[in-house]
Amino acid sequence: MAVQIPFSTISQIDKDTVVEDIFFTGLLQQCQVNQAAPQWLKDLRQQSKSWLSRLSVPTKKDEDWRFIDLSALTAGKFVTPRNIVGAFRETPISETENSRLVFINGIYNDELSNLAGLPQGIYVGSLNNLPDHYDAAKYFAKQPGADAFTALNTAGGDDVAVVWLDKNVVVETPIHLIFIADGETEASFAQPRTLIVAEIGSSISVLEEYFGTGEYFTNAVTEIFVQSNSRVNHTRLQQESDLSYHIGKTAVSQERDSHYTINEINLGAKLFRHNPEMWQQGEQTETNLNGLTVATGEQISDTHSIIALSKPHGTTNQLHKCIISDRAHTIFNGKVFVPKEAQLTDATQLNRNLMLSPKARVDTKPELQITADNVKCAHGATVSQLEAEEIFYLRSRGLSEDDANQLLIDAFAKEIIDRLPLESLRNRITQTIEQKIKH
Amino acid sequence: MSETILSVRNLTANIDGTPILKGVNLEIKAGEVHVIMGRNGSGKSTLSKIIAGHPDYEVTGGEIIYQGKDVVDLEPNERANSGIFLAFQYPLAIPGVSNLDFMRVAYNAKRKYQGLEEIDTFDFEDLIEEKLEVVKMKSSFLERSLNEGFSGGEKKRNEILQMALLDPTLTILDEIDSGLDIDALRIVSDGVNQLRTPEKSLLVITHYQRLLDYIEPDFVHVMQEGKIITSGGKELALELESRGYDFLDDKSTVEVGI
Repeated sequence: MAVQIPFSTISQIDKDTVVEDIFFTGLLQQCQVNQAAPQWLKDLRQQSKSWLSRLSVPTKKDEDWRFIDLSALTAGKFVTPRNIVGAFRETPISETENSRLVFINGIYNDELSNLAGLPQGIYVGSLNNLPDHYDAAKYFAKQPGADAFTALNTAGGDDVAVVWLDKNVVVETPIHLIFIADGETEASFAQPRTLIVAEIGSSISVLEEYFGTGEYFTNAVTEIFVQSNSRVNHTRLQQESDLSYHIGKTAVSQERDSHYTINEINLGAKLFRHNPEMWQQGEQTETNLNGLTVATGEQISDTHSIIALSKPHGTTNQLHKCIISDRAHTIFNGKVFVPKEAQLTDATQLNRNLMLSPKARVDTKPELQITADNVKCAHGATVSQLEAEEIFYLRSRGLSEDDANQLLIDAFAKEIIDRLPLESLRNRITQTIEQKIKH
Repeated sequence: MSETILSVRNLTANIDGTPILKGVNLEIKAGEVHVIMGRNGSGKSTLSKIIAGHPDYEVTGGEIIYQGKDVVDLEPNERANSGIFLAFQYPLAIPGVSNLDFMRVAYNAKRKYQGLEEIDTFDFEDLIEEKLEVVKMKSSFLERSLNEGFSGGEKKRNEILQMALLDPTLTILDEIDSGLDIDALRIVSDGVNQLRTPEKSLLVITHYQRLLDYIEPDFVHVMQEGKIITSGGKELALELESRGYDFLDDKSTVEVGI
């Protein structure tokens, strides 16, 4: 795939100066070299390592990180645990009982995984077991855009979850990738890595889920390649522990006539950052981003998206909603690039925020850069509170104040939850959010 | 003599420190239909909201006795659950809350208040299906978000559907007729009339005499500057219709002159 990068996400890189950032170096020393990995991957890890040595942890002086302070993260000491106990909780999603792949602290767990329900024409498993005829080297770490945390993941990552869909294969069973972090006994560090390739004319639904216990740092990278005329429906569910840090990237490259949808649900972590990066590389591609963040207590939750179009007849729709209470802080930064080549683009972007507390904080920054002259682009951001008149209307019908508030909060979240592909997941998320806001 | 349902005595109220009700007196007995008319800003809609317990208004004096009990200190939901229902002039649209779920939650709130067991989804659907007849609504309305994308007439019919479901003792209709075409007005008032019983009372707030051709009042009151300035029978509404509110100005001037 020939890719034209409209800009570099790395602004602070200086190719000649070796920084040897203490935080990154300390983490990399923890990482074990996976001897089973193919040579190309070992080479790539070495390259990334050398590159990372020239980068430092972003600070508030970096435009892309100016709303979020990473000092609590960088002050932490995280180790890659040697003995993994495993804090697996049964995820009550009946639809994926026979199509789940489980990783604990970044390492594939055969015992907890169950792939009995997979049809022909799809590979789901660790990169270590990927059959030779799949050319992973062609795709791995081949997304446009780059940043220090992705480099850290590439340099120090161990295992890779792979979902590979053959040409024209339609898989009805949703694939469930579960990444569990165990930080009970010591603060742990894991770097989940996922590679999804949907070949021409294929179709799949993937659920990527993160949760854990105790204190830990998850640095996750997911790369998705959506070839011509194929469809990927992706749900990313983040329910990390209250003490955890989660930095994640979802990079997606799309060829012509392809459809990609991400539904991101962000509920957990003390500090959370997600960078969805969408690269439309062919005509008539469609990209949909649905997001719901619920932040309570002192949580910080940041979604920084990039949608880069490059060819005519592209469509993109983004709706990102945040519910913020207590002293929590959410950030939405949404860049959309519509260059001259991307004529007849139809792009919408909307960020809606519901603030439940006077001490909550929201930063929102929709950013459209349009140089094409025949396009339809709309964007906006709203910040609101629960409407007193709506509450009175509901109370005048007998609902208590708490119930009226809850009904309105549910209604706000429902617009996104309704877009999730599985009923049991919709029910679970609705209940989790209700409990989260009550506490 | 029938039981008194509502007795408003010397009621005064403020909004943001500004007096808006200046001593309202009103007594409604079981089975009666009372109408309050008046110009914009006369305080008639305010009175209806205050009876329902709107938190923006501060009651500064007087009483609202409902079924023998002063409800001034009760929460809006407690008033609703004890049988006071306000049909809104502008019913709010709430995207994401299905009409059906909303009505079930409201119905169960009342049952809970009465110490009854909550009713499940299936039984509720049977119940609401019957009530749809009252306002000639199709069941597809229930699937939609509460009032979202409803026409003016549909919103008002939805209010009457809620009234039919919640079976209130005192119903306040706040300009239920404004903006309705004649067909919608007929459906809405037919619905209201079907729900009338000798035990229940209606307080109707309106600008227009036309509504009273469909919902026949026992008493008509006129509000002006936060007070009921005159009361009479149905003929008072007709007089207002033909002569306008100005004749009342003359009348009060004359009275003051005396």
